[in-house]
Amino acid sequence: MTEKIISSKGIYNEFPRKGRNNPAPAATHYCPGCGHGILHKLIGEALADLGLQDKTVTISPVGCAVFAYYYFDTGNIQVAHGRAPAVATGVSRATDKIVIAYQGDGDLASIGLNETLQAANRGEKIAVFFVNNTVYGMTGGQMAPTTLIGEKTVTCPDGRDPLTQGYPLHLCELIASLQAPVFVERVALSDSKNIRNARRAVRKALEVQRDGKGYTFVEVLSPCPTNLGQSAVANNDFINEQMIREYPLGNFRDRTEEAEPVVRPDSDFTRESLDTLFELDSIPPSIPHDDAADTETQVKIAGFGGQGVLSLGIMLTEAAQAASKQVSWYPSYGPEQRGGTSNCSVIISKQAIGSPVVYNPDLLVAMNRPSFERFKNDVKPGGIIMYDAQIGDVELPPGVKGVAVPAQDLAEQAGSSRAANTIMFGVMLELGITRLPEAAFARALEANFAKKPKLIPLNLKILEFARQWVKNNVR
Amino acid sequence: MDIDKNKPYPIINQLECKSCGRCVDACPKKVLAIGDTLNERGYHAAVYLGEGCIGCANCFYTCPEPHAIKIHIPLKKS
Repeated sequence: MTEKIISSKGIYNEFPRKGRNNPAPAATHYCPGCGHGILHKLIGEALADLGLQDKTVTISPVGCAVFAYYYFDTGNIQVAHGRAPAVATGVSRATDKIVIAYQGDGDLASIGLNETLQAANRGEKIAVFFVNNTVYGMTGGQMAPTTLIGEKTVTCPDGRDPLTQGYPLHLCELIASLQAPVFVERVALSDSKNIRNARRAVRKALEVQRDGKGYTFVEVLSPCPTNLGQSAVANNDFINEQMIREYPLGNFRDRTEEAEPVVRPDSDFTRESLDTLFELDSIPPSIPHDDAADTETQVKIAGFGGQGVLSLGIMLTEAAQAASKQVSWYPSYGPEQRGGTSNCSVIISKQAIGSPVVYNPDLLVAMNRPSFERFKNDVKPGGIIMYDAQIGDVELPPGVKGVAVPAQDLAEQAGSSRAANTIMFGVMLELGITRLPEAAFARALEANFAKKPKLIPLNLKILEFARQWVKNNVR
Repeated sequence: MDIDKNKPYPIINQLECKSCGRCVDACPKKVLAIGDTLNERGYHAAVYLGEGCIGCANCFYTCPEPHAIKIHIPLKKS
């Protein structure tokens, strides 16, 4: 006699999570009566029937379904809590795979809510299966964003009170408020009629993915008998009588017929294009110099906005790069108004730099008095403060050397009222504070003014002018 | 017990069953029950009472274990 056998498809035959000698090698790790296995079967069956298993990457969440990769006979990635939309976006955009994001309510609706809404709003080609059982399952039944009003959990033992814990989040309704999603539906696993309906919705969502039409979201009201302290059958009644009242079943969006396949321009990840993008294809050879005695140099540069504070930092960074040093440039814009004070920190080192923050600089460049007063006491003993002579008389901290540079005046004498920072750059070079080779400073100026090449000879002249001033005026 | 293989019938994998009772509840013909004996893992696995299955597969779809229930449905001879 011929017969038809109804059995699971798209699911591995054995689940070796606990080793091959497990007495029940094909039993899941889920509790008795859990909804995950039911949904796994529906998804696996649809994938197999649609012939999509080998084209699919399933993303396991953090939560009870963290081990979903033991079950789905597809490609699998397990990701950090709530981050399935980001990883799914990456897989979907970098490959032609069908991507399933399988997530629970803690994962998707709490820590991952922002990414969920953003991915939905971008219309990413992702089939999201959202398991809503009103609690955090894996961690022991804490209140979730989806916990019903009055429902008791271990973290709301008197029942969820909207006055202190807010109201249940309705994810389908949120997703359906966005324009991009193609298919949004809420289903339940509480009885055979609802399971058949869930089976249809799962299949439809995966058909949308097969056709590349965009974002689908299927919310699945699912039992968690263990954490709800109910029998499996009583949990079905809870879903039918209480959950569905809060979370009505039904379709919230169906553009499956009219939606067109989403075709995005190809991304070019070739080495050549990335090198060009990051300007790595035009790095000149390193400038040789003796750096055997070098230690780390920490620099703070501060002044009014418009004084070239940040660009002086970048020029110094360029010079360090030209000499193949490790270097960091860390601007501090602060919330001040435009034209307010700004500063940046530069660290030059032979070693990898851990933090770009400079607390105690070896060199402080202060372009105005507020900057001088704010940072002078941070300078290391034996350090140097270069400050604009226009600041006037100053009191230096003990053990710190001060160099008053008439930077603004010198810049004007040298031919540009806007080049006070280049003057400071030249003084830095001549004082030898950074121990970078001379050619590195010239190359930094060329790089900094690459887009205004007319200014390069002028700034090289100003650099030399500043060096000459040091020779004549600084002991 | 002999099962009439000319009619639909379920095969319940006794080892994989966790005794949640969803299949018993979902069966429209009430031909499934929680068994009397413990399986190797300490659960009273569900059993088929031996006759009356109509092959609706409600038990298969409601069962949380992927491989605990299979439904056999005889096809008419052609």
